[in-house]
Amino acid sequence: MNRRRLWAIMVKEIRQLRRDRVTAAMIVGIPSLQLLLFGFAINLDVRGIDAGIVDQANSSTSRALVQDLMASGVIVERERVATPAQLQDHIRSGRISVGVIVPADFERRLAEHREAVQVLVDGSDTSVQNAVRQLAQMPLSDARASPPSAISVLGFYNPERRSAINIVPGLIGVILTMTMVLFTAVAVVRERERGNLEMLITTPVSSLELMLGKVLPYVAIGLVQTSIVLLLGAWVFQVPVRGSLVDVYLAALLLIAANLSLGLLISTRAQSQFQAMQMGFFVMLPSILLSGFMFPFAGMPVAAQWIAEVLPLTHFVRLIRGIMLRGAALSDLHHEVIVLAVFTLVMMTLAVRWFRKRLD
Amino acid sequence: MNPLAIRATGLTRRFGDLVAVDAVSLSVPRGSVYGFLGPNGSGKSTTIRMLCGLLIPSAGTVEVLGLRIPQQAEALKHRIGYMTQRFSLFDDLLVIENLEFLAAVRGVPKAETGARIQAMLREYHLQDCAQQLAGTLSGGQKQRLALAGAVIHRPDLLLLDEPTSAVDPESRRDFWEKLFDLADIGTTILVSTHYMDEAERCHRLAILDHGHLVADGVPADLAAALDGRVLKIVCAKPRQAQAQLLAAAGVLSVAQIGSELRVMTSPNPALRDRLIQLLAAAGIAATVAPTRPNLEDVFVAATHAPAAEQAA
Repeated sequence: MNRRRLWAIMVKEIRQLRRDRVTAAMIVGIPSLQLLLFGFAINLDVRGIDAGIVDQANSSTSRALVQDLMASGVIVERERVATPAQLQDHIRSGRISVGVIVPADFERRLAEHREAVQVLVDGSDTSVQNAVRQLAQMPLSDARASPPSAISVLGFYNPERRSAINIVPGLIGVILTMTMVLFTAVAVVRERERGNLEMLITTPVSSLELMLGKVLPYVAIGLVQTSIVLLLGAWVFQVPVRGSLVDVYLAALLLIAANLSLGLLISTRAQSQFQAMQMGFFVMLPSILLSGFMFPFAGMPVAAQWIAEVLPLTHFVRLIRGIMLRGAALSDLHHEVIVLAVFTLVMMTLAVRWFRKRLD
Repeated sequence: MNPLAIRATGLTRRFGDLVAVDAVSLSVPRGSVYGFLGPNGSGKSTTIRMLCGLLIPSAGTVEVLGLRIPQQAEALKHRIGYMTQRFSLFDDLLVIENLEFLAAVRGVPKAETGARIQAMLREYHLQDCAQQLAGTLSGGQKQRLALAGAVIHRPDLLLLDEPTSAVDPESRRDFWEKLFDLADIGTTILVSTHYMDEAERCHRLAILDHGHLVADGVPADLAAALDGRVLKIVCAKPRQAQAQLLAAAGVLSVAQIGSELRVMTSPNPALRDRLIQLLAAAGIAATVAPTRPNLEDVFVAATHAPAAEQAA
């Protein structure tokens, strides 16, 4: 390992990056845009579903019931119509997603313990359907007299159940996975495509110098992206950092190293930038879907959990949620730290070994 | 000191079923400009890549600057410069940044780097575009920059793979002057080309065809060996005469040059009279005279050898 050659490669990489306006813009643009998109658009608590009401009983009890339904905030009254058929028309046209029918014989049905209220749901969106099914669990019969639900749910760490709090820490990992893997894979493959590599391998530059020299500038970029997400997360969504900030950055470094070594490994196999992108996406999609970032890990089939255990993002999501939301220290989560470090070591070793300073 | 910079014996490279280079043996003396002449796909690039360890030979032994290749290829990389067919420096770096990078990775001592880069800019007429992106240079400038980058560390051996295929004749002439300057200070140069005029200027020349080494020697000697086998024919109807001649035994090739025909024959002193009779019989009056062989004739004779054997 020759420090001067390593430095020369890093300087070259930074100079090229500085001239590549689009990539430079992406470094800042991707985290900002993603944070705002995920933070605002992905709201896993379904609230404010448009509903239509038919209250044929129109008694004090039925009015109280409708009010109780609205008070949950899950559904919001948009339409009040006269017949169930009108409700169906509105659902079909998409004006409302839920219809509540209170029949004229509502109070007699209640007294006879028969189904008293019918709720129509637009089943084409499963999350809406789930939310309304939960709503239907609400004790109906004479709300004032019935006891409160036997099980009360108490939300820890995110009592207001704001999605942003859960999403922002994991989003650091998603963004680092998206950018780091692609940047490195493409950076190396581009040199092969442009013929630079044929010249580089005739110089005394070693595989390790070349790999490290290309990767180190991206480590800095990864830390910048982490900072952008943390700052915007704190500023726009009031996401707390309950653990140590140093631990947050150390965890980010672990994921950056894992992703960069994976990107390098891809670059040793991909023949063109297009292939490198394809391979990058091949890793990215399962990372986002299986890591527990969007869907709970516990709910996945065992096979999917095995795949998830191999993905660096899974371990990072556990690390970062632990540090930022539960106030855990890195040492409390040493299992995830070890897995990420081993992943990096294996990928880097394979990449340096597979990268040949030859053309055959 | 070993008087040979490169010694290769039985060098062979197969890509699957294709034999790209077949049992080539070479000796390149130190300080000489050694040419590889051959059509596209004749194995020139593959041979050069094997000589500097970029490709592993399927068979054969190679010794370059006293180092066994490919085993000692890394040690060799400190002592060679290599210029690829395609411009392989960084389009998105300035000329001066490219040179800074190459000086660092090729191991120019740090204290000398600044002066060396200035010397290179002067030597290769790049001062005016030092602050320009390499991607915006003209073909000739790119080629000079590539050469400057390949010799910035003063290598003992310079390998050039069709370095002049993308530049105009004027730039090619200047380029060759630079090569002789380098040879003059002791650099051994191996250069592949498909231009006859460039091949003619080399100290020694190897002709490759379909992976075989078909001729090897000093260009003038190679041409002299063909004395008496090249005939110049002047006649009224060159196209008809050409058709007649191509059908005749012992004729290897006929090329029309202006209104004359240049005929390459197999080595047979009686052939000239036979050809005169043949043309007369076809009603074509012609004068047939021997002419001095040139390198193009050497190339034709070397690459047509198998066909001549079939005819005989």
